[in-house]
Amino acid sequence: MGNLATSSRRGRLRKWLTTNEPISRGQARLGSAYRSWLAFSRNPLAMLGLIIVLALIIIAIFADQIATPSPVVGGDLRTERLQPPGENHWLGTDNQARDIFSRLVHGSRLTLMVVMLVTVIAMPIGLLIGTVAGYMGGWVDAVLMRITDIFLAFPRLILALAFVAALGPGIVNAVIAIAITSWPPYARIARAETLTIRNSDFVLAVRLQGASPFRIITRHIVPLCIPSVIIRVTLDMAGIILTAAGLGFLGLGAQPPTPEWGAMIAAGRQFIIDYWWVATMPGIAIFVVSLGFNLLGDGLRDVLDPKAEK
Amino acid sequence: MIDIKDLSIVFGSGRLRVEAVKGLDFHVEEGEAFGLVGESGSGKSTVLRAICGLAPIARGSISINGNKVTEPRGRQFYSTVQMVFQDPYGSLHPRQTIDRILSEPLSIHGQRDQDLRIVAALEEVGLGPAYRFRYPHQLSGGQRQRVAIARALILNPKIVLLDEPTSALDASVQAEILNLLERLRTERGLTYILVSHDLAVVTHLCRRLLVMRNGEMAELTDSSTLRRGQPASAYTRELIRATQGFARAKALSAVPRRICGKAADPLNSAEHMHSGGKNTRPRSP
Amino acid sequence: MTQRSLLEVEDLRVRFHLRTGLVEAVRGVSFKVGKERLGIVGESGSGKSQTARALLGLTPPPGEVLANRLTFDGIDLLAASRRTLRALRGGRMAMVMQDPKYSLNPVMTLGAQMVETYLAHTRAGIREAKEKALAMLEAVRLRDPERVFSLYPHEASGGMGQRAMIAMMLITDPDFLIADEPTSALDVTVQQEVLRILDALVDERGMGLIFISHDLRLVSSFCDRVLVMYGGKVMEELATGNLSDAQHPYTRGLMNCLPAISGSAHPLPTLERDPEWAR
Repeated sequence: MGNLATSSRRGRLRKWLTTNEPISRGQARLGSAYRSWLAFSRNPLAMLGLIIVLALIIIAIFADQIATPSPVVGGDLRTERLQPPGENHWLGTDNQARDIFSRLVHGSRLTLMVVMLVTVIAMPIGLLIGTVAGYMGGWVDAVLMRITDIFLAFPRLILALAFVAALGPGIVNAVIAIAITSWPPYARIARAETLTIRNSDFVLAVRLQGASPFRIITRHIVPLCIPSVIIRVTLDMAGIILTAAGLGFLGLGAQPPTPEWGAMIAAGRQFIIDYWWVATMPGIAIFVVSLGFNLLGDGLRDVLDPKAEK
Repeated sequence: MIDIKDLSIVFGSGRLRVEAVKGLDFHVEEGEAFGLVGESGSGKSTVLRAICGLAPIARGSISINGNKVTEPRGRQFYSTVQMVFQDPYGSLHPRQTIDRILSEPLSIHGQRDQDLRIVAALEEVGLGPAYRFRYPHQLSGGQRQRVAIARALILNPKIVLLDEPTSALDASVQAEILNLLERLRTERGLTYILVSHDLAVVTHLCRRLLVMRNGEMAELTDSSTLRRGQPASAYTRELIRATQGFARAKALSAVPRRICGKAADPLNSAEHMHSGGKNTRPRSP
Repeated sequence: MTQRSLLEVEDLRVRFHLRTGLVEAVRGVSFKVGKERLGIVGESGSGKSQTARALLGLTPPPGEVLANRLTFDGIDLLAASRRTLRALRGGRMAMVMQDPKYSLNPVMTLGAQMVETYLAHTRAGIREAKEKALAMLEAVRLRDPERVFSLYPHEASGGMGQRAMIAMMLITDPDFLIADEPTSALDVTVQQEVLRILDALVDERGMGLIFISHDLRLVSSFCDRVLVMYGGKVMEELATGNLSDAQHPYTRGLMNCLPAISGSAHPLPTLERDPEWAR
């Protein structure tokens, strides 16, 4: 009986969400969110991406509960060094006799931080510079794009090195340096998108309602640029994680013994022939996480475009 | 209401300089529907764009209610003058619901009672509240054009500029939109400037009209003169004939089958090439 | 127009299997065309363009084309191999699209595109192809063929582009031309020019022409016969110039809702659609 009641309540909720004639803005917004979710969940690859990313978040939150061995302090160096995957150590141990599984689980926090900081810093900068340059045109465009070109002209790692040298070593500074150096492609993409829509009739129509350039850019142009930038950001994720690792390897990013995935690969490099798992396990972790972000980004793009909803 | 004196509009400079409109004069009375007719490149749309500040005025002046327009146009201007675009597929933001599209002008001008006014605006153009939270791609071309008209009217403007409002629509939908525009004008006492390439549409909606060609006035006339078939210029006569369908000439020169020589073709006069060649002009900067 | 017909279509259906269900864009259209001008009129969504595409085997992917009979000069188009179809398309059957800006390759000159088309369908040499291209450009009454030959599509005006497009389609001497809204993007005076060219081509070369348009007045004044389509079906077939004889309420409604310079009703009569028509 109770089961029936809940199912009918659920049915009513679904009806309320999917109605073609919502009564209020709130209902319309919830309804379109629900429909986006339906469209998203129909895409198995996107769902796989979402599951991977959610798993990463959960693992990062509950790292201490999931992996009890210390990720930093190893076991007995005489008996537990470089052990293959087995019962005691699921993914084996490294040359310091540390449990690799535990290091991976705790390293997810760093990975997540890298990803979030880069998104939070680089995406808005790139979007803002790109859309402003594209919309305003003229000398504003020229100045902003030359600055972008200067940033693009340096190899990312070199530029990040310079920033870290100025800011001081450490994972947070490394990530900030990466974020600052990774916005130029986003600005380029946002500018290209803006150029195609700045003279479209719907932008002119808003201009003719007396909207300020700031309002036009933030409320009408940026939403159209976000999907392609998101795609690019998710594609860059793997590269960003690796750049962070590279900085760590050079002693300017994550400092040992911090369990950072890239640094783990770098450390496992010398044992790759005899003890393959040391470098391979973090490699697989990086691969899975970047794949997850890519799939999620692809799925998001489809959902963010209402024309693809059909 | 609208006074246009010696208006010239120039795009580009140097070798790329194009004078899209050359010394145009006309006057539109309050409550009147005024037509601008011409082929592509005649500058008719450019005049509309200049009025609302989307094209630069090189010479001459535009006055609304006796006041010269300012550069840039103020908010006050946009609550007096609004525009409806040709392409209903391009003039509505693809990611915004109809509700969002209609509330934007109200938010920009800081007006209240958005809910009531949006529903009323939709009602007025013949769309029920059911359409309020849909996206443009869920509507037909005619419905989109109705939304565009609702958006133009929601600020209660006095003047509406119509840039080919029906040329992207099917004939039956065109009739509905023309009827809607006519009803709104009489109900609200609006002033229209209608730009179209279709003489029949213009004469249906407007009493007075200006025929444009190559950025200049070809003829200032009215619909009753055209109805009697007495246009003053040969160009207008040609336009009228063209809108009535295809006229098969009896003794038409044969199409050369396999020619290698350069036989001059009487039909291919410089004038015809000229009118076709105007399309390459930039329509707006 | 009593010769044998070039193209025979019987009970043509075009279907799209979409996630939301089966959509039938063309629902049982039959007609025959000889060396004449057949007009197909209808509003957007009436299935007129899908009919044309199906004839050339250009129905976009999820679509499926069914017909009791679909033959061109005795060749069964539904059973023909891709190779045969490819040879027919652009060879003996050609199509002119609505907007030359989108149907021409933007990074090749008009002349190069014409030469390529010709070489793809004949065993001619480059020099011969070029001569042929120039002759065709002249045949569509372009004033300076040499100049147009070396223009890129964006450098040509709408009228020039459309004439070049027709020239390109006619370079292989097709027996049959399908023109899908060939003049809708053009100015009215240029439109007359293009129509005159098409008209003469039918008369001179004995070509068959299907002319698709939404403009009832234009089609009826230009074509020998007119099919009026609605909802994927043919509502009625009209002999030319006899618009006033139209029987079907849909055709009459379409005609009445057009404003006329000679005066029209205020408000204009609107078209009442009867769901029965689409049954």
